[in-house]
Amino acid sequence: MIDLRNITKTYGSGPEAYTALRSITFSIDEGEFVAIMGPSGSGKSTLMHILGCLDTPSQGTFSLDGRDVSTMTDDELAEVRKDKIGFVFQSFNLLPRTTVLRNVLLPLVYAGIDHAEREDRAEQALLAAGLTPEYFSHLSNQLSGGQIQRVAIARALVNDPALILADEPTGNLDSRTSLIVLGTLQELNRAHGRTIILITHEPDIAEHADRIIRLRDGEIVSDEKNKKVRDAVGETQLYDDKNTV
Amino acid sequence: MKNRDLIDETYAALSANKSRSALTILGIVIGIASVIALTAIGQGAQNSIQSSIQSIGSNLIEVLPGAARQIGFGASGGRGTARSLTNADKTAVANVANIAAISGEYSSRFQVAAAGANTNTSVDGVDAAYASIRNLVIDQGTFITDVQSSSLARVAVVGPTVVTDLFGASAVASDAIGARIRINNLQFTIQGVTKTKGGSGFGNQDTMIYIPIGTALQYFAGASNQYLSTIDIQAADQTSMTQVQNDVTSLLLTRHNITDSTKADFSILNQADIVSTASSITSTFTTLLAAVAGISLIVGGIGIMNMMLTTVTERMREIGLRKAIGATRRDINMQFLAEAVALTFVGGALGIALGWGVSYLVSSFGIVQAQVTLSSVLLAFGVSAAIGIVFGWYPARRASNLNPIDALRYE
Repeated sequence: MIDLRNITKTYGSGPEAYTALRSITFSIDEGEFVAIMGPSGSGKSTLMHILGCLDTPSQGTFSLDGRDVSTMTDDELAEVRKDKIGFVFQSFNLLPRTTVLRNVLLPLVYAGIDHAEREDRAEQALLAAGLTPEYFSHLSNQLSGGQIQRVAIARALVNDPALILADEPTGNLDSRTSLIVLGTLQELNRAHGRTIILITHEPDIAEHADRIIRLRDGEIVSDEKNKKVRDAVGETQLYDDKNTV
Repeated sequence: MKNRDLIDETYAALSANKSRSALTILGIVIGIASVIALTAIGQGAQNSIQSSIQSIGSNLIEVLPGAARQIGFGASGGRGTARSLTNADKTAVANVANIAAISGEYSSRFQVAAAGANTNTSVDGVDAAYASIRNLVIDQGTFITDVQSSSLARVAVVGPTVVTDLFGASAVASDAIGARIRINNLQFTIQGVTKTKGGSGFGNQDTMIYIPIGTALQYFAGASNQYLSTIDIQAADQTSMTQVQNDVTSLLLTRHNITDSTKADFSILNQADIVSTASSITSTFTTLLAAVAGISLIVGGIGIMNMMLTTVTERMREIGLRKAIGATRRDINMQFLAEAVALTFVGGALGIALGWGVSYLVSSFGIVQAQVTLSSVLLAFGVSAAIGIVFGWYPARRASNLNPIDALRYE
């Protein structure tokens, strides 16, 4: 479903030019849960931008769901983002002073979906992301960190995207809420068959994914199945047990 | 994005920071209100000047001695200082076609006394036709007759202000009838009092004293000085005014033996010319007022632009997010443009209401009969919408051209 061939991204030109990605080639099938891991400066943000159709590569081809997106214009990319990609950001990026429901249905506004259908779909996405209905009409700034990120996940789900792209989704959360968010992602992947790409610099976060691609200095250093996938739901239990003791 | 969603988003964005939106709107309100109010006041002043010109008579043509003088500005020799028009000229002019009425006028200022009180005012020697030419209405008594003029009767018709000046503030018109007054130490009997007309622009008629022209020439002008200050002519109708003016000009040129019309020793004022000159002055004045108001409108527009630019910076991450979830450049552009237009639209509506209110107050305080015209309302609305688009365009463009990656990272 996702196919990258020889993706190179260079910023600037001449002697000042800086190459963030060199000849990245990999593909991801539908229903996979992949973590892209690397320290800062490894090029993982640049790769996230290209995967999220926020930016185009300098060289190479990137096809998403059978369409070559590497040479598209800004507005064509916006169309692709609207239909195919759901983003979960480290800093949540919910609209302040706006209800949970409104935040979640925002992508459907741009997709031109009718009022009634929008609300239905937003409610379903919120339920799928594990938020209970009593919070739907809360303002986004009245929620806790874990709840906010669930709302963000619901927003990523609502347009039924081919790919959910989570960029350091646990970066601003404590360990316990991190596990809740990871558990939600695992649940979406296992029970609903969602394709998820998780971008992180933390190995123990990456270990919740089924496959880990490691980046260093703009190149892939390893791309392998994760033999011992950590189960976020089980860990939460452990954590709670420890806490209660 | 659908229109309904655009409206929702705009409302949400503007109500998120109510005081800022209100202050920005205030700039537009003041701008639009001042455009409306000042043009209404200008229009009202124009109407009042025109009606005061109309009130001195209708289809009026004045022949003045001396070379043509400019209306409005420029020094003039003053009425009656030049000597070229005679009673014989008047009699000759009376035969020109399409003249409804004609009156000579001999004006001067004198000390006037009665029963211990005295005042200094204009004394006008006039013919019987003067009252109808100048729209004078007699309140009590009768106006001067032609017989009185030829018999050199020492009778006077006075304005209501003269009555109160001479007979005390509580005196009414009937008190003055039959009273004796001394004009330049000659005794006159008051036989009529004119109705209050109010004075503005062209001499206050309420302070005038009218006496028969024959009497005036006999006693005040002196034997060697039988010249008129003015000949007042009323044309039969509006369309014949030009013809009457031309005929009178050529007749008087012939009578005065002048071949070169630029060297004429008299000048002719046509009421229509005065009206058009006055209205060109007042409309220039109105334009000036509107221009000053327009400047405040531009300042208001800059306020909108300032607020929108601040908003774009503040909502950088929101813009990034909207782009990330699929908003196109056009969506973002429309959203910010809609906010700017909504601000000016609300400001425009409130401004029109405020401008209307101010005009109403100005009218009800009797300062000037301000008149709000439909065209100024439409213009103000159009201008405010245009300001929204013009001053909202740049911030909206800046927002829509943001790179989503940079916008999302913005702190």
